[in-house]
Amino acid sequence: MLTKRIIPCLDIKNGRTVKGVNFVGLRDAGDPVELASRYSKEGSDELVFLDITATKERRKTLLDMVEKVARKVNIPFTVGGGISSIKDVNMLLRAGADKVSINSSAVKNPQLINDLANKFGSQCIVLAVDAKLIDGEWKVFLVGGSVETELNLFDWVKEGVKRGAGEILFTSMNNDGTKDGFANDALKKLSETVNVPIIASGGAGTIQHFVDTFKEGKSDAALAASVFHFKEIEIVDLKNELNNQGIKVRL
Amino acid sequence: MNTQKINSESKPPPIGGVGEGLVIIDYGAGNVKSVQFALERLGYSAICSNNAEVIKSADKVIFPGVGEAKSAMEEIKRFGLGKVIPNLKQPVLGICLGMQLMCRFSEENKTDCLNIFPVDVLKFDTQLKVPQIGWNVINHLKGDLFKNILADSYVYYVHSYYVPKNEFSIALTDYGVQYAGAIQKNNFYACQFHPEKSSEVGEQILKNFIEL
Repeated sequence: MLTKRIIPCLDIKNGRTVKGVNFVGLRDAGDPVELASRYSKEGSDELVFLDITATKERRKTLLDMVEKVARKVNIPFTVGGGISSIKDVNMLLRAGADKVSINSSAVKNPQLINDLANKFGSQCIVLAVDAKLIDGEWKVFLVGGSVETELNLFDWVKEGVKRGAGEILFTSMNNDGTKDGFANDALKKLSETVNVPIIASGGAGTIQHFVDTFKEGKSDAALAASVFHFKEIEIVDLKNELNNQGIKVRL
Repeated sequence: MNTQKINSESKPPPIGGVGEGLVIIDYGAGNVKSVQFALERLGYSAICSNNAEVIKSADKVIFPGVGEAKSAMEEIKRFGLGKVIPNLKQPVLGICLGMQLMCRFSEENKTDCLNIFPVDVLKFDTQLKVPQIGWNVINHLKGDLFKNILADSYVYYVHSYYVPKNEFSIALTDYGVQYAGAIQKNNFYACQFHPEKSSEVGEQILKNFIEL
């Protein structure tokens, strides 16, 4: 049976992890390779790297990091942030990334999803969507949540999958950073809307939140950053508890 | 086994010569580096090549692949490998799309493949989500590729098409349907999962292949 996945997310700027990482025992908590290696040893099922670098040297720095991670880590990982062409994706995959996630560039140019899926296969194209519940409607936001669009979350996800996205990474902006749990109603509806895996993101605070998103939210994977970076939740404890509550995980 | 470190960025080595150890077929289909790095973690160097002579003279050949079947087959033919791969005599390990291309035909864009295994690749037709992405178990394990691997070990899958259970199956997995997680015929081995991304279990499987 396919298991539910636990995915730590690392925000990357200029080749370093940012947003704060409080890891005892790491020589250098800012080194994404060291952190990734640690997470893979602790039982993470996948990793996501989101690059927020804005400099011109961005591409080279990111490719260097991807290659270093691929050398060291024996589990799959996704890279996202600023990807807008076949060339970008080709370089990342050739450097050793397993999947890429696209977000704003797909909204601006939806044909990009078709082009990437045709070239590389749907299985490595993750459509990341940030959305916020406003007056009862889930609206898609761009550029790290700073720009509102007219797009409805469910319509956009449906279109993205039709165009070839193989997986959806949905971040609820209402939940992100609250540590109050994932947006399980929306997640469940997404699972009923499209037939590709859904990664839940935004709101993880306790182990029970993960249980809930798998049970109530019907999520296929759950992503979190700070609860792992600050060791508020140990991945091994999390997976043991999921298992105890009847949720199939890789132990 | 040639364990010399060789620069992966270098051009294909000169044609002919002695056996080149491990060669990963590089026909532009994605994840050659992942495979190469996984082998390096095990202490083996491998070269990536699309040169028929280099591939033929290897001790062992790995045939990876991610992406779409039709364009991948076109690339294989473009590099003149369509006849080379099925006639290899040394151990060959196909991975993911590599495994599917070793079959007769794929439903993915109705693609004629290399026909090493006379079976057809089908699209998942299930209530479950497609692609299957994540960790699933392998069981009914047979042969040396799975030496020291326990039944129900977890491996990483990411695919929309699958090889049905058949007479060549050496590992089975369930995803709505019981299908071939790995197959073998003579010197040809293939797995649908990604051993290079399957943690310690995958590393053991790669080690087993190298030690065949």
